[in-house]
Amino acid sequence: MSAVAARTRMPGPQRFRAMANTVGWGIVAWVVGIAFFLPVLWMVITAFKPESAAETWPPKFTFSPTLAQFRLVFSGWGPYVIHSLIATTVSTLLVLLLGIPAAYALSVHPVKHWRDGLFFFISTKMLPIVAVIGPLYVIALHIHLLDSIWLLILLYTAMNLPLAIWMVRSFMLEVPNEMLEAARLDGAGRIREMTEVIMPVISPGLVSTALICVIFAWNELFLALNLSVTNAATLPMFLISSVPQEGLYIAHLSAAATVASVPVILVGWIAQRSLVRGLSMGAIK
Amino acid sequence: MAEVKYVQATRVYAKDAPPAVDALDLDIKDGEFMVLVGPSGSGKTTALRMLAGLEPLDGGRVEIGAKDVTWVPPKDRDIAMVFQNYALYPSKTVAENMGFALKMQHVPRDERDRRVREAAKLLDLDDKLLDRKPKALSGGQRQRVAMGRAIVREPRVFLMDEPLSNLDAKLRVQTRSQIAELQRRLGITTVYVTHDQVEAMTMGHRVAVLADGKLQQCDTPRQLYDNPVNQFVAGFIGSPAMNLQTVPLVEGGARLAGTVIPLPAAVRTAASQAGLRELVLGIRPEHLHLADGAGQIKGEVLLVEELGADALLHVRLAESRNQVIARAEGRRPPAPGQDVTFYVQPDDVFAFHPETGARIAA
Repeated sequence: MSAVAARTRMPGPQRFRAMANTVGWGIVAWVVGIAFFLPVLWMVITAFKPESAAETWPPKFTFSPTLAQFRLVFSGWGPYVIHSLIATTVSTLLVLLLGIPAAYALSVHPVKHWRDGLFFFISTKMLPIVAVIGPLYVIALHIHLLDSIWLLILLYTAMNLPLAIWMVRSFMLEVPNEMLEAARLDGAGRIREMTEVIMPVISPGLVSTALICVIFAWNELFLALNLSVTNAATLPMFLISSVPQEGLYIAHLSAAATVASVPVILVGWIAQRSLVRGLSMGAIK
Repeated sequence: MAEVKYVQATRVYAKDAPPAVDALDLDIKDGEFMVLVGPSGSGKTTALRMLAGLEPLDGGRVEIGAKDVTWVPPKDRDIAMVFQNYALYPSKTVAENMGFALKMQHVPRDERDRRVREAAKLLDLDDKLLDRKPKALSGGQRQRVAMGRAIVREPRVFLMDEPLSNLDAKLRVQTRSQIAELQRRLGITTVYVTHDQVEAMTMGHRVAVLADGKLQQCDTPRQLYDNPVNQFVAGFIGSPAMNLQTVPLVEGGARLAGTVIPLPAAVRTAASQAGLRELVLGIRPEHLHLADGAGQIKGEVLLVEELGADALLHVRLAESRNQVIARAEGRRPPAPGQDVTFYVQPDDVFAFHPETGARIAA
């Protein structure tokens, strides 16, 4: 018995190398993970500090935690969070409503010049948004949509649509051709084919697409800041507004940022399983 | 119930490439089980897809029930297809999968349920399985659901594209006979595509052999085996394949392995009229009879494959040094390395044109 064990055991130097390899990759994974997580952790910790303890050097690790900053945040964030919720959900729904048929027309039954269409959609993302903010402002002014939530919904839809079309299209390309042919033989028309056959199959992909749209719309600041004041001010604007002209604000800002990131983290956590399946759909047969 | 007709049906994929299906003419009778067989790239699947309406025609036409359906969309052709990978809808239950076509035809729910249950019973699919998703089924069960989806529609024509190729060997043999039996019972015209000549021979009322997009021969399995029209069909039908040897023509016959195989006068005349100096002889393995040293065809056994009831001898012929396969009785086959002799009945010898491959018939 011991003889067998001795024979099957890896020789010393090789065992050491194999172990070093595992440990090495482990360290890399942890370092990268911590590098991403540490600032977030720092933000959350700071949110619980009294303002006086937040900005000291060296940083204080012993302090009496307080909810004072959160109380302050919750007292003022009402309208902002409602605007953000409306802009995010409505724009994401619109993106899906328009993006799914568009992706279908560019993949399953490609229309004429589908390549050009596809390129056109993504080309709108190549232009820096700063370059169009002037014209956007003038247009918004003329159609009386400045400082309106509808303007943000419109812009966020336009902003996320190209990405959504590209993503959904790539998922649709994964749907086996035989299944679509079976649907055609079964008598499903274009709409039935899309809603009853394709969409259930790519639903994980749709969830991850929606989630990415939610994240981008939720965190968008530039457009909101330049095109709205109070009637459509979103949560990122609330974060900026918590920076006062003078005095200490780091703890307050941290609390506001923490609160602002909770919904996205929550949605992501709920959608986690679909997200992983959706983003790696190409690998699954 | 309907007959199916291909008239000069042609499909060209790329401009410069030869047609995938080249002027196919085929009449399939009402209620017939027609098998399209051929090696990969022979155009058999394309021919089936043309009938399904999934592949447009570049020439000719396709008829179902004496009506030209060349430009009729798939859903209006009243056909049902079983796909190689079954193509079940993964998000729908077995019952929903089977009833989807009926739902698209706005058949009321009660009627739909009844027909799905009937089909399930016909296929020995347990009622419990009807509420499951395809993912939770075994390969054999999925195959039956795919069959069920076709049966539920009560179509005029069944199309099957290698429906057994994803099953293991034992299940394949079992399902093969079930499908043949089911087709006989339902009496629905069926076009079945396979690359497996055993499937073709055992299932089809008639078998159409295709190669390079062209129909080689369409006949009953027996006729294909006994009377192949060319070298391709002769070599493709039958397992192990027919022994085909290019041999020189001599006075009274053809010279093979140290002897003269006598050929009928008609064959000799036809060969000399064509100016041939040699031709291809075809002899089926079971027609090479072991002759205890008294036969004329001499050779050396290289390998013996024991199949139980019989044994396959891989033999190197004298003179030409070519290999042939002979079927011998399973008990006491000769050992590898042993010299053997065979005799053949002149009637069992096929002759083919060495260039065109066409049969030179007596």
